[in-house]
Amino acid sequence: MGAYILRRLLYAIPILIGVNLFTFALFFVVNTPDDMARLALGIKRVTPEAIEKWKAERGYDKPLLYNDTAEGLDKLSDTIFFAKSAKLFVFDFGPADDKRDIAHEIKTRMWPSLALAIPVFAIGLAVNITFALLVAFFRATYIDFWGVVLCVAMMSISSLFYIIGGQYLISSLWNLVPISGYQAGVDAAKFVVLPVAVGVVSGIGSGTRWYRTIFLEEVGKDYVRTARAKGLAEATVMYRHVLKNALIPILTGAVVVIPALFMGSLVMESFFGIPGLGSYTIDAIQSQDFAVVRSMVFLGSFLYIVGLLLTDISYTLVDPRVRFE
Amino acid sequence: MRSLVLVLAALASAGCGEVWNDPYPAAERGQNILYSAFIERPKHLDPVQSYSEDEATFNAQIYEPPLQYHYFKRPYELIPLTADSVPKPIHVDDAGNAVSADSPAIAFSIYEIHIKPGIRYQPHPAFARDSTGSFRYLNLTSEELGRIWTLADFKETATRELTADDYVYQIKRLAHPRLHSPIFGLMSEYIVGLKEFAAALREKDKEFAEAGKRDAWLDLSQIPLAGAEAVDRYTYRIKLKGSYPQFAYWLAMSFFAPVPIEVDRFYAQPGMAEKNLTLDWYPVGTGPYMLVENNPNARMVLARNPNFHGETYPSEGEASDVRSGLLADAGKPIPFVDRIVFSREKEAIPYWSKFLQGYYDASSIPSDSFDQAVRINIEGEANLTPEMEAKGIRLETSVDTSTRYMAFNWLDPVVGGSSERARKLRQAISIAVDWEEFIAIFSNGRGIAAQGPIPPGIFGYREGEAGVDTVVYDWVNGQPRRKSIDVAQKLLAEAGYPDGRDAKTGEPLVLYFDTTSRGPGEKSRLDWYRKQFTRLAIQLEVRDTDYNRFQEKVRKGTGQIFVWGWNADYPDPENFLFLFYGPQAKVKSQGENAANYSNPEYDRLFDRVKTMENGPERQLLIDQMTSILREDAPWSFGIHPKSYGLYHDWVHNLKPNQMARNGMKYRRIEPRRREEERADWNRPVVWPIVLIGAFLALGSMPAIASYRRRERAAGKAA
Repeated sequence: MGAYILRRLLYAIPILIGVNLFTFALFFVVNTPDDMARLALGIKRVTPEAIEKWKAERGYDKPLLYNDTAEGLDKLSDTIFFAKSAKLFVFDFGPADDKRDIAHEIKTRMWPSLALAIPVFAIGLAVNITFALLVAFFRATYIDFWGVVLCVAMMSISSLFYIIGGQYLISSLWNLVPISGYQAGVDAAKFVVLPVAVGVVSGIGSGTRWYRTIFLEEVGKDYVRTARAKGLAEATVMYRHVLKNALIPILTGAVVVIPALFMGSLVMESFFGIPGLGSYTIDAIQSQDFAVVRSMVFLGSFLYIVGLLLTDISYTLVDPRVRFE
Repeated sequence: MRSLVLVLAALASAGCGEVWNDPYPAAERGQNILYSAFIERPKHLDPVQSYSEDEATFNAQIYEPPLQYHYFKRPYELIPLTADSVPKPIHVDDAGNAVSADSPAIAFSIYEIHIKPGIRYQPHPAFARDSTGSFRYLNLTSEELGRIWTLADFKETATRELTADDYVYQIKRLAHPRLHSPIFGLMSEYIVGLKEFAAALREKDKEFAEAGKRDAWLDLSQIPLAGAEAVDRYTYRIKLKGSYPQFAYWLAMSFFAPVPIEVDRFYAQPGMAEKNLTLDWYPVGTGPYMLVENNPNARMVLARNPNFHGETYPSEGEASDVRSGLLADAGKPIPFVDRIVFSREKEAIPYWSKFLQGYYDASSIPSDSFDQAVRINIEGEANLTPEMEAKGIRLETSVDTSTRYMAFNWLDPVVGGSSERARKLRQAISIAVDWEEFIAIFSNGRGIAAQGPIPPGIFGYREGEAGVDTVVYDWVNGQPRRKSIDVAQKLLAEAGYPDGRDAKTGEPLVLYFDTTSRGPGEKSRLDWYRKQFTRLAIQLEVRDTDYNRFQEKVRKGTGQIFVWGWNADYPDPENFLFLFYGPQAKVKSQGENAANYSNPEYDRLFDRVKTMENGPERQLLIDQMTSILREDAPWSFGIHPKSYGLYHDWVHNLKPNQMARNGMKYRRIEPRRREEERADWNRPVVWPIVLIGAFLALGSMPAIASYRRRERAAGKAA
C-alpha cells in the first residue's frame, strides 16, 4: 500500500507541473505583467517608472518562459514561470502581489470555508442518500414518479435562485438568521445555517437522481432478491445490503471532493459574506493577483489528486476484492 | 406525534423573544457603535501609498494631515487640523527675495506649517520603552518575534507627542524606494530636491542589497531633503519649485500625514512583514480613531483613540445647515461614536437587506432596489417611497465632484484633430448623444448632464444660462434644452457627411466605440449608444474588450471613441482643466489627458489659470477655456453623477461631503432607539417553518402507510 501511495504521489508531480503551466499560460494570455501592475497601482497618476518598479519588485520583469539573454540553465530558471512555480512544490506560496503572506491567508481562511463546506457535504450526502433510498424503495409508484419530477425541477433551477430566494425568505422576510456575515467559534453556527441549508437543498435534485440510479441498479440484483426471500425487512434490505453494495460509485463521487472542501465555495462565500478560501480566490482573480491564483490552483489540484488517492484507498475498505496492484 | 406538536408549538411561540438575525455579537447590543460596510478590501493603509476612496474611509479617521476640509461650508474650504493655521505660501525669486503671488519671477514657494503642541499618537508598541529608556521593541530577536503574530501580542504600548519631524519623515517616505507612492512623480516635480533624495535612497538601498541586507531599515532621517525640513519641534517647512497653489489641498490628504520614525523602524525589523506586521496593515495615527481589528476579509473595527487631542463640533455652516439642525451639536467635543464597525459586503442584496433591518446605519441605493427606495416626481425631484418613510429613513443627495465623459481621440484621423471637418463631426455627435435620456434610463435620474468639464461645487462651475454649453444646448424658459437633431445633422453635413455618408466617396460613416462593457446586462446600454449615432445615420461599431486591452488602447491612442471619468482629487478647477492640457496627453506623456487633446491657446491659458488664486480674473480665463473646449469638443461632456445616500433616523450630523473623508468623527447615533427599531423590525416569523414542517410530516404519512402495508404484505407472503 505504501509503495502504491508513493507511486501515485510521484505521478502527481508531472500533473501538477502541467496544471501549473496551463494556469500560467491561461493567466498570461489574458493579462500581461504591465496590466497587473496597472490594476494594482490604480488608474490615477501611474507613471511608467512606477510600473517597472512594481514588476521588478515582484519578479514580473523577467521573461515569461524562456530567457534567451541568460546562460545555461538560467535560460529556463531565470523566468517568471520558474520563479513563481518552483517553490510551490514545497508548499512555499510566498507573498501575494500585494505583499501579504499567502500561507497566512490560507491558514486564516480555511476555517470559515470548512465551517460551510463540511456540513454541506455531510448533510447533503446523508439527505441525498436517504431521499434516493426512499425513492428507490417506492420505485414505480407515484412517490417515485413525483420524486423524480421534483428532482428534475430542482436541478433545473440556478443555484443563485436558491441563494437569493433563501436570503429573502429566511433572513429578510422571516428574520430567522443573519443574511450574511461570519463570526469565528460557536457563533459561526448562526451564520452558516442558511448557506448550509441552501447548499443542501440546491444539491438534492442532482444528488438524489444520481444515487437513485445507483440504487435501482442494485435492487434488481440476485442478492437483494435473496435477502427479501429470507424475509428481511425492506429497510434492512435497503440500508444494510443495497447501500453497502452501492458504496463504490458513491465513494467515487464523494471521497474525491473531501480534500477539496478545504478550497471553499466561490459563489456561496461571496453571497453570504463568508471570508473563506473561495472568496479569496475570487478576489485574486478580480485583482489579477497571479501569486494567489497560481497558489490556489496548485493547492486545488494537489487536493484533488489526494482525493483521488483517498478514493482508491476507500475502495479497498468497502470492497475486499479491490487490491493495490 | 405529540412531541412533534410540542416542538412546533414551542417554535411558533418563539417569535416573541429577541431578534435572531442580528449579525453582530450580543455584547455589542446597545453600544455606541456605528455600523457600516465596505465592498473592496483595502489594498493599502500606509498613508504614503493609499489613494483610493475605500482606503480613505479608514485612513482618514486615523491619520491627521495638517489641514482638513470644513465639514459644512461650500464651496469647500480648507481649515487647520493639526496645524494652527492654514499656511500661506511665501513666494521668492532665484535670489531668495520675496515676490508677489502673481510675479513671473517666482522661483520657489515656501510653506511654513506650525502644528499644535500636545497632540499625541494612539497607543502603540513602537513607542514603548524599557526601564533604561530604550525602545522596548525596536531590536526584537527572532525568538521574541516567534511569539508574536499580531500587534495585540505586544504586551506594552506607549505614546509620544507629535512633532514636525514626523511630517518631514513622511514627506521623505514619498520617495522611499521600497514603497509606491502614487504622487511621487507629481511631487518630485514640485518639492525641491525630492528627485535627488529618491536617487540617494535608491543608491543606499542598492548598497544594502549588495551587502546581502536587502530588507534592512532605510533610515530616511540620515539623508537631508532640501525641500522639507523641521524648523523646530512644532514647525516644518516645505519648499516648492515655482508656484503651486493647489499644494495646500494635498496637505489635507493622508500622503502628508505624520509617520513617526520609531514606527517605520519598528515595522522594518526582519520577520515583521512575513506576519503582516507592517504600516500597510496596522496604521498609527493621532486621529480620533485607531484601527483595533483588521480583518479585511470580514470586518474592520475602529475604536476611539484614548490619546486623541480633542476637537469640537463645527459651529459654522451654510444657512440650510442651521435650518436642518446640523449645527445643533456645535461646540460639543467629538468624536461622538465610540466604535465604528465595518463589515465586508461583496454583494448588494445582503447589504441592502441589512440596512432595511437596521443593521447598517447608512446605505447607498443599489440599482435593483432603486424603485423600492425612491420615487421621482413629475418635477424630477427624488422622494422616498412610503415604505422608506415609514421606517424613518432619510435621503441625502449630492452631485459628485466628478465627470463622466465621452472622449474623442484627438489622434484619430476621423474624429480627432483640429480640422473643421472633425470639429463639426464631434459637435454633431455631442448634440446627438442625449445624456439626459441616459441619466433617466440607466442612472434612475441620478446625475445631471454636464455643460463642461467642471462639476458643481468646484470654483469655475457656472450656474444657469452663463454656464450653458451653447454648442449643444439652447437656453429656453430658464432651462438648458438640447439642440434638435436637425442642428446636429446640419453640422454633420457641413463636416462632409450628409446623411451619414462621406460626401466624396459615398461610403457610410462608420465609427468605433471602445468599451469594456460585456455581457447581457450591458447590451441595452450599448444599444442605446448605437441608437444615438443612428439618429445621425452614423454606424457605430462597438469594440468591446477586457479592461486591460481597453486601457492599452487608450494608452497607445488606438481607440476612437470611449467613455471614461474623473473624480476630483481636490476642489480646484485645475484638477479638471488639466485633463485637456497638451503636455498631459496620454500617448505622448502617459498623462491624464486621455483624449490627447492639444490646443496651444488652451495650454497657454491653463498655464496661467493653474497658479492663480480663485477670483474674477481666474473665472474669466476658465470661461474662455471652457468655451474653447465646447467649440473643439474633444469630449461630449457627459454626466456629473449624483450620490443618493440613505440614513436611518437614529443617525445624526450627516451632510454629504465629496472632499472630507474624515467625517466619521462628526456622526452621532442614538443606540437605544436603534435597538428598539431593530427589535421591532426583526421579530422572528416562525409559522412558515412550522407550516413547512407540518406539510412535510403530512406529506410523508402516505409513504409511511405505504411502507407499512408493504412490510405487512411481505410478512404475509413469507
